[in-house]
Amino acid sequence: MTKKTYTCIMCPKGCRVTLMIRGKEIVKVEGNECPLGAKYAIQEFKNPVRIVTTTVKIKDANFKRLPVKTAKPIPKSLIKECLKLLSDVEVTPPIKSGEVIVKNICGTGSDVVATREML
Amino acid sequence: MKRINRDVVVIGAGPAGLAAAISASEVGARSVTIIERDEELGGILKQCIHNGFGLHYFGEELTGPEYAERFIKKLNTLKNVDVKLNTMVLDINDNKELLVSSKKEGIYYIKAKAIVLAMGARERTRGAIRIPGTRPAGIMTAGTAQRLVNIEGLMIGKKVFILGSGDIGMIMARRLTWEGAEVVGVAEIMPYPTGLTRNRVQCLEDNDIPLYLGHTIAEIKGDRRINSVVVSRVDEKRRPVLKDAWEVECDTLLLSVGLIPENELSKKINVKLSRTGGPIVDELRQTSIPGIFAGGNVLQIHDLVDNVSRESETAGKNAALFAIGKLQDHPRVEVRNGEYVRYVVPNYISASRDVEFYMRSTQPLGRANLVIKESKRRFPLRYVTPAEMIVKRVKAKDLSFAKDIGHITFALEKVEE
Ligand SMILES: Cc1cc2nc3c(=O)[nH]c(=O)nc-3n(C[C@H](O)[C@H](O)[C@H](O)COP(=O)(O)OP(=O)(O)OC[C@H]3O[C@@H](n4cnc5c(N)ncnc54)[C@H](O)[C@@H]3O)c2cc1C
Repeated sequence: MTKKTYTCIMCPKGCRVTLMIRGKEIVKVEGNECPLGAKYAIQEFKNPVRIVTTTVKIKDANFKRLPVKTAKPIPKSLIKECLKLLSDVEVTPPIKSGEVIVKNICGTGSDVVATREML
Repeated sequence: MKRINRDVVVIGAGPAGLAAAISASEVGARSVTIIERDEELGGILKQCIHNGFGLHYFGEELTGPEYAERFIKKLNTLKNVDVKLNTMVLDINDNKELLVSSKKEGIYYIKAKAIVLAMGARERTRGAIRIPGTRPAGIMTAGTAQRLVNIEGLMIGKKVFILGSGDIGMIMARRLTWEGAEVVGVAEIMPYPTGLTRNRVQCLEDNDIPLYLGHTIAEIKGDRRINSVVVSRVDEKRRPVLKDAWEVECDTLLLSVGLIPENELSKKINVKLSRTGGPIVDELRQTSIPGIFAGGNVLQIHDLVDNVSRESETAGKNAALFAIGKLQDHPRVEVRNGEYVRYVVPNYISASRDVEFYMRSTQPLGRANLVIKESKRRFPLRYVTPAEMIVKRVKAKDLSFAKDIGHITFALEKVEE
């Protein structure tokens, strides 16, 4: 049996929630003071996802960087790969907020979109 | 010298100024001017490219620039609001005349009927906390790093240590890791993190960055550029215990040790300031000077921009009412802080309508009650820590007793679990 501990972020209390895991099965949840903690830890164990926000290069604009984000949360394990891909991207204005910069990044099913307009 | 007249002048175009200008216009101010020293609207949000803004206000999670853009779009549809960019307010006098300086229009006066202070906050710097050691390059505030990386596209270092567990520092820990730097640790002098739990988990724990609670930097080393810091545990009086200190190599040190409300202008017109460094205000967000209002970080350091917008809408609305002669209200009931309460905003209320109170505790309390001392009314709070502002709406019927005695005191009490 293995143990995995997560800090719950559902409220400021930040319970340390421990999952007892056998194989791929969760056999016990401990340390959470409310049901939200269990739900959070189980989600983090099964499929941890994050929205990724970063910038890409932009040519001939007022600024040197365009802020972007993944339109949907992507698996944590693919964050580094996405960032690496985005570090080589360069765009040119005009860019509208919400405009797709990279489609379906790293096969995550999520597009990377601009988070501001740059004309 | 040129002189123009306006109903309402808003100083600063961060989320506070934007919200104030919009609601001033909507409530009936005939002319509103918003003044911003930067080249565009949005304030500090423009460099906060991460998400986590707007969950309360818009019911969805936005990045800083997206949150700002919603307000900017709205502002641009309003006919009676004009925007002055690259313009700095240099001075205000007792007649509500603002001396401003702009690249395009030179130096001139704007005479306002009402003013909204929305200048935001600035970061505490190293001088303010006095770290011993040399004075090499490679030391900057977390906010400066944020601007350099996110707006200028510069990389600031390869091996980074962060002093202070404020939100901006934690956000930058993740940002720099994602940009390829190694963040070797975060030291926090208090025994608890001063930023949000969410940031501690998603910025530090996600990237295996150690957080040393109850620790500080005892010394900075390096000639030209910083090459290491001495990290030390502190005792109960927050003095370094040097026998437990160790040296950590780094080429960059970020300071995330808090924000201070930006009130140089407020001081020039003798607006009364509170212990938190922001103006004393009533529930209308009117300061000690009639016709001068305030909202956002200039007033109190917020952790959620959503509250900045809401509070500043109140300021903008009442500034407009003042300007058109429709504000008769003068709340006089004094709001005091009792046990475990560091501050409460607003400082004066009328006690005749519902009020949303913002307050911070002096220390982490866990489960607690908010208590109105005079009436013994109690409100249960789930979890109290100084890192998260307490927002509590209290009904007029629970406040009205204070009209007779002239004051109301908020305290916190621990609830044993
Ligand atoms: C460096 C920094 C980084 C931050 N990062 C985060 C974050 O990552 N996440 C988060 O939730 N919160 C963050 N905050 C907190 C954030 O500031 C608030 O949530 C919110 O932006 C406050 O809004 P505001 O309008 O009061 O201030 P600001 O956004 O600071 O806006 C104030 C504006 O007033 C202008 N101004 C000031 N003085 C004058 C003058 N004399 N004349 C003309 N213009 C003037 C300034 O240029 C600025 O644009 C950060 C704060 C700082 C200082």
